[in-house]
Amino acid sequence: MKILVCITHVPDTTSKISFKDNNTSFDSAGVQYIIGPYDEYALSRAVELKEQHGGSVTVLHVGTAEAEPTIRKALAIGADDAIRVNAVASDAFFVAKQIASVAQKNGYDLILMGRESIDFNGGMVHGMVAELLQMPCITPIMKLDIEGTTAKMSKEIEGGKEYVSCDLPFVAGCQEPIAEWKIPNMRGIMSARTKPLEVIEPSAVESTLVYTTYTLPPPKGACKMIDAANAGELWQLLRNEAKVI
Amino acid sequence: MNNKDNYQSPDYYLLDDLLTEEHKLIRATTRSFLSAEVYPIIEQHAQNHTFPFHLVERFGSMGLLGPTTPIEYGGAGLDSISYGIMMQEIERVDSGMRSMASVQGSLVMFPILKYGSEEQKKYWLPLLASGKKLGCFGLTEPDHGSNPSGMTTHFKEEDEYYILNGSKMWITNAPLADVAVVWAKDSNGRIKGLLVERGMEGFSTPEIGHKWSLRASSTGELVFQDVRVPKKNQLPLADGLSAPLSCLDSARYGIAWGALGAAMDCYHTARTYALERIQFGKPIAGFQLVQKKLAEMITEITKGQLMVWRLGMLKNEGRATTAQISMAKRNSVETALTIAREARQILGGMGITGDFPIMRHMMNLESVITYEGTHDIHLLITGHDITGWNAFK
Repeated sequence: MKILVCITHVPDTTSKISFKDNNTSFDSAGVQYIIGPYDEYALSRAVELKEQHGGSVTVLHVGTAEAEPTIRKALAIGADDAIRVNAVASDAFFVAKQIASVAQKNGYDLILMGRESIDFNGGMVHGMVAELLQMPCITPIMKLDIEGTTAKMSKEIEGGKEYVSCDLPFVAGCQEPIAEWKIPNMRGIMSARTKPLEVIEPSAVESTLVYTTYTLPPPKGACKMIDAANAGELWQLLRNEAKVI
Repeated sequence: MNNKDNYQSPDYYLLDDLLTEEHKLIRATTRSFLSAEVYPIIEQHAQNHTFPFHLVERFGSMGLLGPTTPIEYGGAGLDSISYGIMMQEIERVDSGMRSMASVQGSLVMFPILKYGSEEQKKYWLPLLASGKKLGCFGLTEPDHGSNPSGMTTHFKEEDEYYILNGSKMWITNAPLADVAVVWAKDSNGRIKGLLVERGMEGFSTPEIGHKWSLRASSTGELVFQDVRVPKKNQLPLADGLSAPLSCLDSARYGIAWGALGAAMDCYHTARTYALERIQFGKPIAGFQLVQKKLAEMITEITKGQLMVWRLGMLKNEGRATTAQISMAKRNSVETALTIAREARQILGGMGITGDFPIMRHMMNLESVITYEGTHDIHLLITGHDITGWNAFK
């Protein structure tokens, strides 16, 4: 079974977010980067499936050379090889086109990625890739098992879970608890040094999206404490000041 | 599994720029493992004076035991900086856990790799690297600490065996070890290395209890009463005191990195506490005497970091001398112990509780400043090196 796992290279969840160039671009100075947490679940499950069923796991990233340490970590976790599409990932459609182009060329039984990235949190790429490849897209999946050429999955829906089966190939967006994150070991880190990392140039895509400006969320307001005996005051404040009831 | 640790090592001089991406990944990986599986349980083990034995195999599967050992013998074939980084991360959690890993890697796997036969290497190294077997190192004796050449443990030949008699003291991992690398004199008085295995008749490993230091580490004695050790268990290439001393070079190098890990944890704890603890209407970090302590801590940590990084580069090139390693071991441990004591003061009464790691580090470091060459002996090694005069005796 050939599995493709698409990973993002995103600021660590504890990073302090700031912008530069008149709030038109993200300031990456001093920011630590990680594999997107949802993508890491997808990768972990892919490695487990490879251990169970054999085959290979290829990691794909659309981005610049700065992401290579992140890609090497994915190789240390257990992917067999990696492809980096050498381009700035300008928007979801651009990234989806690049993934589809690689998938069309190489042919995979399963294309996994996180349910969404954690920088732009668009959650659109899996759907676009599936459409471009004329495959089903299932997201967000929390459990994934393979039986022959069929996948059995469960996914989260409003108020419960849905159990789905689908023939390979297809595209899926993953989230916990599909697998536990894997901590690579030292031998994995050593072997990642020599695993193939192919760098390819992007296919031509016309980008139609321009980011005009970014703003940070407003700072949290002060917390007003109200005495338990004064519940009426709370009601007044919610109605007249917060205007929520 | 929570493998997220938001801690960042102090990096006042941007020393991360001197590390490769692989070194940083090794650090992050080691940290994730420790914060998920060791940090949550270590305080309780130290309080209970118990050794978390199940972690030996976990350390092995992570590749933290003898990581510089070549891949064909079950190691990861990593460089000395990688080894140092691992020891630093482990000792940031606890010196006792670092002691276990140091002994296994530098004092058991290293001598087998350097002085062992091919058969010994092929048998023991993969088992030790994976943590399936635990080892210990017997050099120090009850009456011979700083003067190991005076050792009285000895053996004589009898057919296909050596008959070993004597005892060793203060041996990390001894009570649970499957194999002991034992240094003893032959009938000509030459120091040789023997692999003594658990179960050999006349070999026992009584535990040393009631320690106020390294309480999460298992320490014991090695007692040999007419132990029949097969001749094939001798390390064929080890001849003379230089062999065990070369092992100590490797272990002391790891301690030089490791002790700074304990120092970093104390500094981090004290700085965080000082920024949160309000007295006289402001955080105590705003008072000059607290700032003096914190500023001196980060200065000494930064100096130590530069020293061990350079030492690691020299070691990678095969140029690190015994005297250079002594200087770094001595400096790092003294730095760590001073920082632990100052950090404890910043935390006031809270500093003595097990809610914070400082007192545990401080007590652990009292062993670290003594084992693997005492603080004073390392000074004399430097003195000897720069003057040519031997002041040991």
